[in-house]
Amino acid sequence: MSTGATGRIEITDLGIEFSRNGRTVEAVRAFTLMTTPGEIVALLGPSGCGKTTVLNAVAGFVAPTAGQVAVDGEAVAAPGADRGVVFQQHSLFPWKTVLGNVEFGLKMRGVGKAARTAQARTYLSLVGLIGFEHAYPGELSGGMQQRVGIARVLVNRPRVMLMDEPFGALDAQTRLTMQELLLSVWREVRTTILFVTHDIDEALFLADRVAVMTARPGQIRDLVAVKLARPRAATVIATPEFMALKARILTQVREESVRALSGRRP
Amino acid sequence: MAPAPDGGWQRPVRRVLSIGFFFVVWHYSTKWDVDLYVRFQNIPTPWEVLEEAAAQLRGAAFYGHILASLERIWLGFAVATVLGIALGLLIGWFRLAEDTLFPPIELLRPIPAVAWVPLSIMLWPTERSSIVFITTLGAFFPIVLNTVHGVEGIDRQLVRAATSLGAGSAAIFREVVIPGALPSIVTGLSVGMGVSWICLISAEMISGQFGVGYFTWVAYGIVKYSQVVVGMLTIGVLGMLSSALIRLVGWRCMPWLPRRVKDGG
Ligand SMILES: Nc1ncnc2c1ncn2[C@@H]1O[C@H](COP(=O)(O)OP(=O)(O)O)[C@@H](O)[C@H]1O
Ligand SMILES: [Mg+2]
Repeated sequence: MSTGATGRIEITDLGIEFSRNGRTVEAVRAFTLMTTPGEIVALLGPSGCGKTTVLNAVAGFVAPTAGQVAVDGEAVAAPGADRGVVFQQHSLFPWKTVLGNVEFGLKMRGVGKAARTAQARTYLSLVGLIGFEHAYPGELSGGMQQRVGIARVLVNRPRVMLMDEPFGALDAQTRLTMQELLLSVWREVRTTILFVTHDIDEALFLADRVAVMTARPGQIRDLVAVKLARPRAATVIATPEFMALKARILTQVREESVRALSGRRP
Repeated sequence: MAPAPDGGWQRPVRRVLSIGFFFVVWHYSTKWDVDLYVRFQNIPTPWEVLEEAAAQLRGAAFYGHILASLERIWLGFAVATVLGIALGLLIGWFRLAEDTLFPPIELLRPIPAVAWVPLSIMLWPTERSSIVFITTLGAFFPIVLNTVHGVEGIDRQLVRAATSLGAGSAAIFREVVIPGALPSIVTGLSVGMGVSWICLISAEMISGQFGVGYFTWVAYGIVKYSQVVVGMLTIGVLGMLSSALIRLVGWRCMPWLPRRVKDGG
């Protein structure tokens, strides 16, 4: 598995603008964030504040208008298997089986069929999907599809795993199960995770640090260290420490949500 | 196929009764020589058609016509499939191909393939090649357009997912674009097969010396009306079988699609 040395995301003074119909939208401004290898950082903020845009810049899907993004000292120029992405939903290849989806990255690297299957099965068992190798994504529940999405990224042993509201489309019970599963998987692989969410409980439950963003153009408003002991049980959300952190973040997020609404003029 | 939950055994019975009713109406319309603006005096009865069909099936000439038509369909459809899918994938995925290849296709598309018959006779040296050309033309447009449509409808997120898993442009084309467009391509093949039968029969009626279309048209000329209907039914059966074949191959190529969608298609 990856050593402690890889997975350092360095986002410096990032600015991203989109032009649409001649109008310019400034999605992100002067955004700076560093991650420590192996940590989980949650990116939290009101809808439309630029969370996905930041994540897409690290993935290499969008180019910065200003500033730099680097992973382990290498500037991000294009998407690559060292920065795997788990999307909110519907991102598995519908025409490939579960195994075919998880093997995809290995196939791209030219790994032979037998080795590919063996490695894919290792990661499928990590996410608890042994027995579903030959199912198609359309036959799986939303939670199972997201587990395939995680295995498909981890099989590449990426430096960082980028997750964009990966559990946002799941029901509350499944979401909790998936959060616990993600933590148990992370204990095994120890890859850096940048996790986008607008759910405060989710951010605090998962992360070592929570980056609270301002309304668009998104900047970091507060960087909250979450010193809750690991492994964390689901009941941690009822502890006084958790409540205190939640109250602090909630105040900020509400202010930014109000600002996002009042700032939005047609 | 299982009976639908809402109809139970009643649905198949209704369907059989509906066909039975059709034959009863046909039988009495022709038997009584109904003349209500629409005239049935010259129309053969179901029994005359049945006798004629049996007679044709015993002779060799009939099979010769069927084989001639099948060969033309197969050739024309194969050429249209290869050209249509290849061009459709390129036009759908590469802007340069869209700008350079698509305009002439869009220009020619509204012209029904049958309108090409005179030009086709001038262009091609043999009757066979000119009829195959018409058949190709008929199938080509639905195939190419549906392929383009399929490629353009591919979810961009799947392309992003592939690139962030290490896929280069060739791999994206092979692993995402082609399978992503496949359902639409199969739709195009299905429509194309129907259109190419229409074109084949029209071309054979206008300029042929063989084929089921020719057989049907000649029968009319020599006043063998039951033979006309046998020709029509043969065309119907052949068209149905070739569509079923396309659907079957389509299902085989797309095991990920739910059964429900397949039955609907
Ligand atoms: N491709 C794009 N073109 C134009 N505007 C965009 C594009 N992507 C995002 N935006 C805008 O940038 C802002 C931030 O979007 P996003 O990063 O998706 O927010 P979040 O993920 O926090 O909800 C939004 O106002 C959105 O409308
Ligand atoms: Mg988003």
